Amino acid sequence: MSEEQKSTKSRRIVPIGPYHPLQEEPEFFKLIVEGEKVVDLEINLGYNHRGHEFISPELTYDQVPFLVERICGICSNSHPFATVLAIEDCAGIKPPARADYIRTVIQELERIHSHLLWLGLAGHFVGYNTVWMWAWKYREYVLQVFEMITGNRNHYAMNKPGGVRRDITREQIPEIEKAMDVVEKKVWMLTNAVLDDPVMRARLEGVGILTKEQAIAYATTGPTSRASGVPWDVRRDEPHAAYDLVPWDVIVFPEGDVLAKTKVRLLEMIESVRIIRECLKALPDGPIQARIDEIPPGEGIGRTEAPRGEVFHYIRSDGSNRPLRHKIRAPSFMNIASNVVAVRGGSIADAALTLAAVDPCYCCTERMAAFEDGKQKFTWQELLRLSWQKTERLKEKYGK
Amino acid sequence: MIGWSGWGLAFKFIVFPGFLFSVVVGLVLTWVDRFVSARVQWRKGPPFYQPFADLLKLLLKQTIVPKGASKTIFLCAPILGMASMCITSVLLFYVNFNPQGSFVGDLIVLVYLFALPPLAIIIGASASRNPLSAVGASREMTLYFGYELPFLLAILVPVIKSGGAIRLGDLVTAQQAGGPFLYSVSGVIGALIVLASIQAKLGYVPFDMAEAEQEIMSGVFIEYSGVGLAMFKLMKAMMLFLLPLFLITMFWGGFADWWAIPKFLLIVVLIILIKNTNPRFRIDQALKFFWFLLGGFGILAVILAFSNL
Repeated sequence: MSEEQKSTKSRRIVPIGPYHPLQEEPEFFKLIVEGEKVVDLEINLGYNHRGHEFISPELTYDQVPFLVERICGICSNSHPFATVLAIEDCAGIKPPARADYIRTVIQELERIHSHLLWLGLAGHFVGYNTVWMWAWKYREYVLQVFEMITGNRNHYAMNKPGGVRRDITREQIPEIEKAMDVVEKKVWMLTNAVLDDPVMRARLEGVGILTKEQAIAYATTGPTSRASGVPWDVRRDEPHAAYDLVPWDVIVFPEGDVLAKTKVRLLEMIESVRIIRECLKALPDGPIQARIDEIPPGEGIGRTEAPRGEVFHYIRSDGSNRPLRHKIRAPSFMNIASNVVAVRGGSIADAALTLAAVDPCYCCTERMAAFEDGKQKFTWQELLRLSWQKTERLKEKYGK
Repeated sequence: MIGWSGWGLAFKFIVFPGFLFSVVVGLVLTWVDRFVSARVQWRKGPPFYQPFADLLKLLLKQTIVPKGASKTIFLCAPILGMASMCITSVLLFYVNFNPQGSFVGDLIVLVYLFALPPLAIIIGASASRNPLSAVGASREMTLYFGYELPFLLAILVPVIKSGGAIRLGDLVTAQQAGGPFLYSVSGVIGALIVLASIQAKLGYVPFDMAEAEQEIMSGVFIEYSGVGLAMFKLMKAMMLFLLPLFLITMFWGGFADWWAIPKFLLIVVLIILIKNTNPRFRIDQALKFFWFLLGGFGILAVILAFSNL
């Protein structure tokens, strides 16, 4: 028996999924292990078909943000935000300044609550349930601010083409600032608690390293890439809303391990608090909605930095009141793939943590697969072929 | 154990202080664990009868033996673990109330009895033929080899300090005469090592990698259901009662007076707080921690004990 065969023989499969026991979302990670060591990883996605890109062209432009808001319950502002940016890009209008600032505030509030959610889950993944409970308790302050501004804890329904639906009143500003003071203090407390704990450091440092080259090769986005030393941030690289009008910094760490990802997220929360404060200070007076009479034929792109990375929305219009094509790409779609290299060589204990460290959002990603009688209706290749065919059809129909 | 015979012996093993008593106290301590954990985590926590209700529910559930598992071993493992804890309970209690009644070498017997629960878990998990159980069993085995070395070194400290007694009764009387062994440098080091080993024996964070619900979905217990799982839960509950009791007996003067109860609760709360303020170690880190760090401290404690410190 050759060495190769021997090593293949002692391999076993440790399944995580098809229903994630902790994240409670459909995915399937097949860890191929030798003893405790993970030698390879197979990622199986596509257990859930939701057909957002199919439904979207059947709705009017006013209804589309409502639909895409329901892609994900956590980044429920990023998707409609990117959609309205795409629609506005297509229509060639600019929302009023006040709307831009309000959008920025909402987006950054969302980043704080999403990162706190991730921090809690990360704590849970390393068996540190106290961090889990505490992080989610402090997340509550942010959700209360959301409820005060928008009326909802999630699914804020703030974005509409041409502006925002609700205003931030003068009375609400001190309330938000008060909540931000608390959140900032608590985030610093959690940061110190996590980074000073020697056991926590032992568990996170040097685990699941994603090098800069790998991060670029796998086209990772958001905190996943910024923790690998790739300073990409759509907020800075393609300024939209009020991001180029207030001072803030892009947080980058070069290590690429789980600790770096944690640090990026923790410090980003502090930056978000800073952005919110600056926005509230500079909030200009004026209307919150611009009038859109019609959306001319053409196409528009909306990119925004969701808590997990870059959200990309593409809208093609034929001049009617419905989009002809609506393409969505969520950040987790890119980030999850990078797990293949990040997990290799670690132990099972590290793998569970590494898989969670990219903050995967399966409901953002899982929108494109169909199952019938327990069998996949369309495999990846078939979907690809269908997509190519559709592109060809569209090309024929509209030219280019 | 002179003069134990017939019904009296049966009573001792089954009712007090054997099975029934230690189970009830253990389950109440499980509630203390859940309650204190809840309060640390800003939750409300369950009512005191929750562990009993959980147990009742488990006893009423169907026991499923996985296909291809070796049935006898799979079902006997929890009995083995629980029986060892019953005997431990009787031994420990009688030593504390009647130090002269114990037999020579019962300390060694106790050490072996405390080694049986992890063994039962390993056997049961291996018999279930589940890959995640196998990972859990291998972790439990590694962990066992890890903590047993410093644990043995640490309990050498009282033995040396009492002048070579391997009878628990002698250890207790020596402490009642000359003060607890804890009040010395070697005693403190030894007690801390035993505390860390208790954490590992109980399978609490930071040493819960054999269960690790987040990684291997409660690994060793994954295939257990119904009565089998209930027995393992009972075993763990009894361990939560007996291991701190063992620590007090060895290092803190035993149940000499009623002060032993606050001492006992203090140790239990300490265990719960350690559980709630730490993330889980990786198995190789745990092994390094026990062998190189605590092993070194264990040797240090033994040397200090020899030089009467």
